[in-house]
Amino acid sequence: MTFRARHLLGIEHLAPEDIRTVLDLSERYVDLNRRTIKRTDVLAGMTQINMFFEASTRTQASFELAGKRLGADVMTMQVAQSSLKKGETLIDTALTLNAMQPDLLVVRHPSSGAVNLLASKVTCAVLNAGDGQHEHPTQALLDALTIRRAKGRIQRLTVAICGDIAHSRVARSNLLLLGKMENRIRLIAPATLMPSGVNDFGCEVFDDMAEGLKGCDVVMMLRLQKERMDGGFIPSEREYYHRYGLDAEKLAHARPDAIVMHPGPMNRGVEIDGTLADDINRSVIQDQVEMGVAVRMACMELLARNLKAERGRLAAGALA
Amino acid sequence: MMLHFTNARLIDPEACSDAPGSLTVADGLIAARDADAPKGAIRINCGGHCLAPGIVDLGVKIGEPGERHRESFRSAGLAAAAGGVTTIIARPDTAPAIDTPETLEFVTRRAAEASPVRIRHMAALTKGRAGREMTETGFLLDAGAVAFTDAGHVVSDSKVLARALTYARSLGALVIGHPQDPGLSHGAAVTSGKFASLRGLPGVHPLAERMGLERDLALVEMTGARYHADQVTCAASLPALARAKSGGLDVTAGVSIHHLTLNDLDVGDYRTFFKFTPPLRPEADRLAVVEAVASGLIDILCSMHTPQDEDSKRLPFEEAAAGAVALETVLPAAMRLYHCGALSLPQLFRAMALNPARRLGLPQGRLAIGAPADLVLFDPDAPFLLDRFTLRSKSKNTPFDGQRMEGKVLATWVGGTRVFGEDR
Repeated sequence: MTFRARHLLGIEHLAPEDIRTVLDLSERYVDLNRRTIKRTDVLAGMTQINMFFEASTRTQASFELAGKRLGADVMTMQVAQSSLKKGETLIDTALTLNAMQPDLLVVRHPSSGAVNLLASKVTCAVLNAGDGQHEHPTQALLDALTIRRAKGRIQRLTVAICGDIAHSRVARSNLLLLGKMENRIRLIAPATLMPSGVNDFGCEVFDDMAEGLKGCDVVMMLRLQKERMDGGFIPSEREYYHRYGLDAEKLAHARPDAIVMHPGPMNRGVEIDGTLADDINRSVIQDQVEMGVAVRMACMELLARNLKAERGRLAAGALA
Repeated sequence: MMLHFTNARLIDPEACSDAPGSLTVADGLIAARDADAPKGAIRINCGGHCLAPGIVDLGVKIGEPGERHRESFRSAGLAAAAGGVTTIIARPDTAPAIDTPETLEFVTRRAAEASPVRIRHMAALTKGRAGREMTETGFLLDAGAVAFTDAGHVVSDSKVLARALTYARSLGALVIGHPQDPGLSHGAAVTSGKFASLRGLPGVHPLAERMGLERDLALVEMTGARYHADQVTCAASLPALARAKSGGLDVTAGVSIHHLTLNDLDVGDYRTFFKFTPPLRPEADRLAVVEAVASGLIDILCSMHTPQDEDSKRLPFEEAAAGAVALETVLPAAMRLYHCGALSLPQLFRAMALNPARRLGLPQGRLAIGAPADLVLFDPDAPFLLDRFTLRSKSKNTPFDGQRMEGKVLATWVGGTRVFGEDR
């Protein structure tokens, strides 16, 4: 059996079989989510707490809906950053919540590694909903599902990841996942938005968009993370759009059947042309959102299964 | 009182020798080598173990004043004795900083009352370590300051540093800098590169250290001051250091035991006990720096003992405090360099005892006749599993927790008085 992990903290620790398990299970939930009656009782009686230390709309809604459709009792906490003096009470908050005996903890935090730290202190299963500039595993999994459904496979594809790679946890998780599934990855960004050590990543690196997009099957755009930038990484948004914004003209360099992806929320007219983003023949951005709920349901089901098995073993051990 | 150490393996960094012998101590000083035991002397059988000059540890953070819950002179002194450190050179980055003769007198008095090992103090180079105005260098020197440093703070205004260096030169005072470009290193938690990027942590390029070092060396050339770079940790910095030394500048450099024995990948899954300033470096840098200690280009090996309480480490990596306790682990960690064949024991004690004492004008660090009998007896091969809660420091933040170590301190003497270990 695959996917034996206690927590889902990142793509880093998943094996290709684990990823396939998640995607296969997700397919079932895609079908379920398209029905009128969407509810199952896979997580019936279990408690899911969503802790968002960083503002989020779509990811939070997606996790909340996923939990509810699986029959869990879901509670969402928006922990305002202003009241938390730079993560000082992170462990206290975690321990407090842990004492309420949740089964699944979904956490987003602005500091890289904060979710790992939290996971080491609690007794429930922890699901990383994005930590700083580290990982956002469910985003990479939903992207993989979207690609697999659009392209019929998730290996031997040429995938371009374009834009603010330096500040993007989505890029990191996607890099790891697409690499594990044996795809060819290209990174396209101005040199100031490339992460350090990028030449050791085993990817092809481009600073010219037209050249980088040549022959690509998938074009993943990233949001320009203005809130994470202290000091000028780019001279202006209009120059950025001119050189790195995806429009029909630049997309013409990719394969004619290439799909366009974006994790959202989009800055229209900064990294992507609004018309292209809405073009249902090329853009799968809305599919990504739909797949998001299904993938999160699959991940939570797997984690809940492992948690139940672990508790069962512990109980058996106590009796023996 | 006279002591006669027999059956010892004498580690003499000055003569660069490692040979069996005996040592006689009288009135707190080394009185004779390989002589017969004088009448009435207490015999100490070293059992073939190593007897070396005690470690002179340049750059130890003690929490007095201000952070006594992290480390006191008493706890630091006990940890030092157990670690074979016989002279602590304390940092001035306390709260408040040691930047007036009055605070210096206070810590000097407290240290003398509380610590079983010698403690000497450095003073801040600028008031409040703020990098704007120089401290009363002359008064502080008179009050016993052995060197002047703003510790981890870079004096970013070159004019302020140039003036402080010029003034220090006129008094013959030693200035210790922290070579780092403050702009590039601002907010960095690790060394930049693939690992930093995959962990999503802000990184600093190794060249930021060379930039800071080059600036300081240019100012030393301009002013003629005596200068020591507290931690040189990157391969890229070494040519600049070599050039300055061969150019006749009065320059030395140090490195911490952690940068010699750990690398950037040790951070692993955000282990905050591996967070340092400067951050741990890639393996290639570590190897280059070990080589530089062996060749003598880097003069001084120190512990950079930095006690941090549990709460300041139990945070997301970026927000966690930097530094590690090391008074008790510096010797066993240094034995890793000995066992892997990178450094001989005399080379290690040259860097840990002889050179720092010399640089500060102290008589310690030698096994010569007439030198103070500050000695450490240790077994370089004794294995143990390190449990951080057994450390004597008030803070337990060591990166070596749970690791297999080799090298145990058996006993320590300061001025001929045993401060650690059993009667032998």
